[in-house]
Amino acid sequence: MALPLSYNVRNVMQRPVSTLTTAVGVGLTIAILIGALSLAAGFRAALVQTGSADNLIVLRKGANSEISSGISRQTAAILRAYGEVATDARSRPLLSPEVVVVNNRRRVGQPGNSNVTVRGIDHEALVLRRGVQVVAGRWFEPGAAEVVVGRRISTRFEGCRLGDRVRFGQRDFTVVGLFSANGATFESEIWGDNEVLMPVFRGEVFQSVTFRMRDPARFDAIRRELESDPRLGVDVQRESEFYAKQSEMLANLIRVLGGFITIIMAVGAIFGAMNTMFAAVGARTREIAMLLVLGFSPLSIMVSFVFESVILSLFGGLVGCLMALPLNRIVTSTTNFSSFSELAFGFRVTPGILLTGLAVAAVMGLVGGFLPALKASRQPLAAALRGA
Amino acid sequence: MASIQVRDLSKVYQRDSQRIPVLDGLTLDIPDGDFVALMGPSGSGKTTLLNLIGGIDTPTSGQLLVGGTDIARLSGPALAKWRSRNIGYIFQLYNLVPVLTAHQNVELPLLLVKMSGRERRQRARTALEIVGLGDRLDHFPRQLSGGQEQRVAIARAVVSDPELLLADEPTGDLDRASGGEILDLLERLNREFHKTVVMVTHDPHAAERAHRVFQLDKGVLSQ
Ligand SMILES: Nc1ncnc2c1ncn2[C@@H]1O[C@H](COP(=O)(O)OP(=O)(O)O)[C@@H](O)[C@H]1O
Ligand SMILES: [Mg+2]
Repeated sequence: MALPLSYNVRNVMQRPVSTLTTAVGVGLTIAILIGALSLAAGFRAALVQTGSADNLIVLRKGANSEISSGISRQTAAILRAYGEVATDARSRPLLSPEVVVVNNRRRVGQPGNSNVTVRGIDHEALVLRRGVQVVAGRWFEPGAAEVVVGRRISTRFEGCRLGDRVRFGQRDFTVVGLFSANGATFESEIWGDNEVLMPVFRGEVFQSVTFRMRDPARFDAIRRELESDPRLGVDVQRESEFYAKQSEMLANLIRVLGGFITIIMAVGAIFGAMNTMFAAVGARTREIAMLLVLGFSPLSIMVSFVFESVILSLFGGLVGCLMALPLNRIVTSTTNFSSFSELAFGFRVTPGILLTGLAVAAVMGLVGGFLPALKASRQPLAAALRGA
Repeated sequence: MASIQVRDLSKVYQRDSQRIPVLDGLTLDIPDGDFVALMGPSGSGKTTLLNLIGGIDTPTSGQLLVGGTDIARLSGPALAKWRSRNIGYIFQLYNLVPVLTAHQNVELPLLLVKMSGRERRQRARTALEIVGLGDRLDHFPRQLSGGQEQRVAIARAVVSDPELLLADEPTGDLDRASGGEILDLLERLNREFHKTVVMVTHDPHAAERAHRVFQLDKGVLSQ
């Protein structure tokens, strides 16, 4: 009953100029959409990658970020002795009381300053963070005025390259290593010994305690127990959830903004496609009338022209995917609103996002092609045959 | 059976508030297997009459029996189905689909009937062989001469084996020689394949090929 698809494909190829113009319009829209989605995905991936589901982070009750939290030495000591904390081969608890501050530093290659998160960790608890690895130099020595810098920021901020000296408060620290963390946000941080960094910044207080659970399945029970302990006054979250939550707000903002721009552009591109299809229908008036005379139903004519519009827009969607693919290599940065420090991350153009882009392009074709297709199917036969 | 009985047929076009009477109480009988030429000055309603007989247009009043079916009473989809089974149309300007090959153009009407792809291809090939274009299957219309294009159009008109062929100035756009070939073909389809042929033409030479010639003038028919 239907016209062959090759009929539409060839018609689309038959008019290269108008096809290309329309495809670029659709393509730009899809590229913007893919850009926004992959930006949000990259941002989210960096944060989600950061947390581990069998780690647990302890903050002061009511604190919703590390910088607004405070954990006393006494609380940290109680947690260190807690029976649910996993231990390493030498029976040392896998637990890290951490000092977290935001440090304002000059940027390289861009004017002005930006914030960097500086984290003092328990050196022995490095194994707590899976995937953290030195990529140049070595780790800092416990007790020494040394730091290691996340690989994403070492070239973005002054004094952060291997061998440089950075000043925190009244003390100079030497950068003795660079580290990677599987793309986690840790790669945008500077790490040093917690006991050395504590007096430099805020005095006798940690900001958070992170530990590995002996049995992650018991998370709910552990949480109830710790949160109801009156000596502690803490909130407990899985580390993975803590970071995932941080990502939601900005990722959603990017998606909403991107979606908004996409919609505005899509309206333009849909009108472009509609225009092209109206022109195509107009130029083929007699041909369409002939098909109707042969006995093709108005519905099959309509479906055929909608198909043609979808093919055209899908081609545009492909163009958009090609335009957006190079984004994959771009690393960008944004302010992480939870810590107000700079967070460097990459665009993530995933197959899922590309498919979303193509699906949106197809929908644009469907919408743009509808009216022209309806017009095509409703030609008054005799008049159309006369070429009127 | 492709006899045509036209009784008191009228067609009035309505443009804005203006009534344009084109056919006025026309009566005509064409027996099965006939070859009829329809002549007359431009604007006399020849195309209109052909379109009415072919179920492309609907009459204002009157009776229209084609192959025993009262087509004036058929509605859109039923009429489309009737056309696809009973009528082969040949236009002055061929009306081939430019992006499809000769073979694919001829296959088009067969897409409307249940048939295997193999059989469809075979039938289209046979139709093209009958019109003498068995060696041009994969040519696109722009790669063919006008006469060849019209022969492809004839193959398309006969591929689903209708009993009635309606041709509207089929040689109007062709030179003498190619026009002659088209007329030979129509004659042969009439004689060998027993198609009833109604052909509109301006050309007295073309009309000579028909068994009978009708003159249409100011909406009135004479023989
Ligand atoms: N859709 C239409 N609306 C109004 N007038 C029409 C329409 N189609 C044809 N006509 C008029 O009907 C008359 C007959 O047209 P037509 O049948 O094409 O004549 P012929 O084929 O003999 O040259 C002409 O005057 C033409 O202008
Ligand atoms: Mg005419």
